[in-house]
Amino acid sequence: MDRAAIIGIGMTKVESRKLDKTFADMAFEAVRKALDDAGMTIADIDNVITTSNDFWDGRTISCMAVGDASGASDKNISCVEGDGTFGAFYGLARTLSGSYGTTLVTGHSKGSQSVSSLITNAAFDPIYNRTLGADMITACAMQSNAYMARTGTTPEQLARVSVKNHGNAMMNENAHLGMKLTVKDVLGSEMIADPLHRLDCSPVSDGCCAIIIADEKRAKKSKKKPVWIKGVGMCADAYFLGDRDLSRSESLVKAARTAYKMAGISDPGKEIDLAEVYDAFSYQELMWLEGLGICADADAGKQLEKGSFDIPGRLPVNASGGLMGGHAVIAAGLYRIAEVVRQIRGEAGAYQAKKADTGLAHGVNGLAGQSHCVWILGKDR
Amino acid sequence: MADIFKGIEPMVYKSRISVPYHWWAGETASRFLVALRDEQKILGTRCAACNKTYLPPRKNCPLCFSASMEWMEVSNEGTVVTFTVARRQLASLPRKAPVIFAMIKLDGADTAILHYLDGVDPGRVKIGMRVKAKFSKDRGARMQDIECFVPKGE
Repeated sequence: MDRAAIIGIGMTKVESRKLDKTFADMAFEAVRKALDDAGMTIADIDNVITTSNDFWDGRTISCMAVGDASGASDKNISCVEGDGTFGAFYGLARTLSGSYGTTLVTGHSKGSQSVSSLITNAAFDPIYNRTLGADMITACAMQSNAYMARTGTTPEQLARVSVKNHGNAMMNENAHLGMKLTVKDVLGSEMIADPLHRLDCSPVSDGCCAIIIADEKRAKKSKKKPVWIKGVGMCADAYFLGDRDLSRSESLVKAARTAYKMAGISDPGKEIDLAEVYDAFSYQELMWLEGLGICADADAGKQLEKGSFDIPGRLPVNASGGLMGGHAVIAAGLYRIAEVVRQIRGEAGAYQAKKADTGLAHGVNGLAGQSHCVWILGKDR
Repeated sequence: MADIFKGIEPMVYKSRISVPYHWWAGETASRFLVALRDEQKILGTRCAACNKTYLPPRKNCPLCFSASMEWMEVSNEGTVVTFTVARRQLASLPRKAPVIFAMIKLDGADTAILHYLDGVDPGRVKIGMRVKAKFSKDRGARMQDIECFVPKGE
């Protein structure tokens, strides 16, 4: 594969409610930051990919409404509906096509402006499922029960994910839900849908993230040392929840395998230094770590208890606080990529991992983790 | 809040995304829904090549992409594969919480369907529990023609 790198990142602060900023305002801020980070002007951007969802945006063809604010005037702009990592995947493909030396990728959403339960209910099949009234939380709660029953993972282990990530978020100036919690706090919080307590669930937040992907030639001109894209993989599971063994994530296993093969990784648990994974719900961090092969099946909860995934641990997971610290749906996976870039550059400040040569970023879209996108980023070309 | 706007009154526009929409159920779902309404039978489709029976029924096999599917009646009894109890009155819930959602694998089917579980204390639901469909008296060719599933024997 030809080489490509991430040469600029820009993140708005993730907030529970951005009263002072529209979608376009957020996009402008994130893009401006990414350009400054790369030492570029908008004229250096060859094409633009935005990532959005029409329901979350409250308008159809939502991507086009942020084009101007993303500096896409007179440029080829396209949109991906899904997680930001999926938009970045398309952006990478465009860059590698040879047609564009640089690709700007953005992802935005404002969860505060709508009702997430109604939006995620509308993701269900309208004939067979939707009118029953399940939503993302209830779908994921069923997955959590299936995963816990099969692996023996406990509610306390789930709660520890929440404690760790909310704790890490206290050190991240872009997170809005940093909190010092105990396992007891999590288990004592409102039970929303068994086995998920309120503090097992990430918030639904507002934010926009932008990254700039460049081919090798353009990457060499960037202000900072490029962070190289070593491997990517993407795979989707069946749409109907009942077609899947919800206790496993076959699509994540496949996406990870593809990314590792491209990156030349044979033992992910040893060769990856840190990971930012999609912890929309506490159990997901554990389930995804197993799917990613970072730890053995049914072992993530035990590894977590040993401190393996803490910032000083063997392989820090969601050192930034992850989605627990702030979850701008759609943008969230792009934030994971940007956070891994920060770590590899050594710019993560108080939550910097001690070794960060190779990092993994992960994004999810669909009910109960239907589809996954895995990125391996590295310091060296 | 006032300081972020520097004295400007914050404006909010309230609206809703509301567009009428009609889903044509198609040949496969129509047949399934009519059988539910008229005969209280639950029909799946089976791919002979994969030896797999799908519920809800599929027109084509999602695994091998074959178009050669045959109709099969599956049992109205089955096993709870997983479940949750929605305790909070989530906006999507059409009935009063707590609501028990379950993925149920009916005997004869290889995939599970989503439905309600009733007639059991939310705290006593278990994965592996045997359940039976309770058909609605007021049927209209929709998924709610099965009112809910209840523990077998009740």
